[in-house]
Amino acid sequence: MGSVRRHAILAASASEVWAFIGRPEALHEWFPTTATRVEGDKRWVTLPSGIVFEEQIVLVDNDLRRFQYSIIGNPLITQHLGTIDVIPITDRSCIVVYSTNIDPEVLGLAIGAAAGDGLRTLQEKFGKA
Amino acid sequence: MPRRILFITTDQQRYDALGCNGGRVARTPAVDELAREGIRYTRAIPSNVVCMPSRSTMLTGQHVATHGVWMNGVALPVDAPSIAMDLWRNGYRTALIGKAHFEPFLDPFALFTENSLATLGEETVYRETADGRLEPHRGFEHLELATHNGMGPLHYAKWLRENHPEAIGMLYPILNAQLQVNEAGGGDTGAPQVKHNPMPREWYHTDWVADRAVSWIDKQNNDDDWFCWVSFPDPHHAWDPPMSELHRVNWRDLDLPEGWVDDPVERERILASKPAHWLGWYHGTFVSNYEAPAKWIPSTLTADQVREVNAMVHIQNELVDEAVARIIATLRAKGWYDDVDVVFTTDHGEFQGDFGLLFKGPYHVDSLMRLPLIWRPAPSRTKVAPTTVDTPVGLVSLAATFAEIAGLRRPSYTEAERLPLSDSEANALGHQRVLTEWDSVLFGKIVSLRTITRGSWVCTATLPGTVHDGTDGELYNLADDPLQHVNLWHDPSHRAVRDDLLDDMWRNLPTASAPRRACDAPV
Repeated sequence: MGSVRRHAILAASASEVWAFIGRPEALHEWFPTTATRVEGDKRWVTLPSGIVFEEQIVLVDNDLRRFQYSIIGNPLITQHLGTIDVIPITDRSCIVVYSTNIDPEVLGLAIGAAAGDGLRTLQEKFGKA
Repeated sequence: MPRRILFITTDQQRYDALGCNGGRVARTPAVDELAREGIRYTRAIPSNVVCMPSRSTMLTGQHVATHGVWMNGVALPVDAPSIAMDLWRNGYRTALIGKAHFEPFLDPFALFTENSLATLGEETVYRETADGRLEPHRGFEHLELATHNGMGPLHYAKWLRENHPEAIGMLYPILNAQLQVNEAGGGDTGAPQVKHNPMPREWYHTDWVADRAVSWIDKQNNDDDWFCWVSFPDPHHAWDPPMSELHRVNWRDLDLPEGWVDDPVERERILASKPAHWLGWYHGTFVSNYEAPAKWIPSTLTADQVREVNAMVHIQNELVDEAVARIIATLRAKGWYDDVDVVFTTDHGEFQGDFGLLFKGPYHVDSLMRLPLIWRPAPSRTKVAPTTVDTPVGLVSLAATFAEIAGLRRPSYTEAERLPLSDSEANALGHQRVLTEWDSVLFGKIVSLRTITRGSWVCTATLPGTVHDGTDGELYNLADDPLQHVNLWHDPSHRAVRDDLLDDMWRNLPTASAPRRACDAPV
């Protein structure tokens, strides 16, 4: 099992950041993907390489500001759980933590790379704290 | 007179691969001729023993701690210093043809430029500098990229898909279903990463790289200065040269390499005298990186498998040499050969059976650290007596060497003097030591080594990690122990030389910038 974690500290309130990234259908606005489609608790995400991930939305908790999803229906990926947490630091700053556990483990590194890219996009949008 | 630089690299090639370095199997007349006409370095050492960090050192002239590509999978920033950029800014035509590997290969989110060029159909991409100028990717205005297989987004794979789609499955699949380095065996002996490859030779990546290099050279004008990095993916595993070439070397006829220890008890005794990660990997109990198949256990390696792997490597080396000969013939045909500085080297070595091991990893011994390096200065530019240089030199000196050839001042970002033309000049230039670093983190398994090579001594300190507490290490006297079987680290009679080497190393190693950049892929 590969386990990766990336984080970024942003110069915006947790509620403001959560309002942007807590929408499952808006992933492509900040994560390096080209399209996102949501139907019920299912999501389909298209990667720039053309790969489409089918995902089960596990949790959207607007109180905890936690989003969890799992890639499903992929013969290569036998286990996966991705978690995005937005945690307040002050009333004008927060930390975003992107964690993934995945098998095969090497995909964890690639998803970590994408998360790093997405977090840099968030830092450009909200500013670094 | 135009100045032209042909920089030829192989991947994972041992010092003894070449006839000029004492190799007795593969015929390498083209590179041997370069050695006869120029300077042959008998102890050239990388800054790191895997591809991405070592290649980043070649381009930047910096140690690993400075350029920050601390393991495979960590990208070199696109704005990192580059000797190719300096040459381009000074009017050179610049090309990189073959394996770049400054950025990770496994890239499903398409984050990296080098993986996108073939799809874009662009020779390079230009980025705007702070003062509004447009500059090509890492200074290369032409990139045509390849790696060891026919899958993925690079130019060679695209060419294979478009022109010979039936050939895609002919090459050995480097990764298995878990995207790990494939452990599957093949050939006659079941050795890992060996395959009898039915692909016609003309479709194999070695010949493709030569074809593309010749095509680029042909397009240059008579008065152009140019820098062309021709980077062959071989003889790196997979060991799958075209079957049509297997007649060249029959593995059954090969002697076992000198570094192979036939007696398993003696082999384990030697490995046990080294820091714990050696024997741990040999028994398959400590796999700390992606440089070898995770599911392959080195202690299962047989003598015949070593023979077959070596035969495949010798064949790959002959094909590379013939490709080099073809490029040089092009230069001769154009009347340019005497105006070209040719530098030939590789990024790191390969065990090929030494110590009962294959592949590479955190093991700072000659198998991985002693590299072929030849510099044939352009006769029309400078008269240099052919010679050998025995002083240890580092690939970290390459960038400054290219600047010297171009008549440029040594770039301030480089951390080593140019290569010396003789042993006496090595001393005058300050080639007193070569430093090599290793860091790897594999989901909590951590290995870090720091090594100094000075004179005939090689001293490696382990840093605290998963199986090291920072007190163990290796010390070898290459003059007395060329196979590095006798670890003197704990020998009280060598304490003084060990401590002196360590003091020298710690005083001269650059301090790594923090925080360390993330690892974005296994390779």
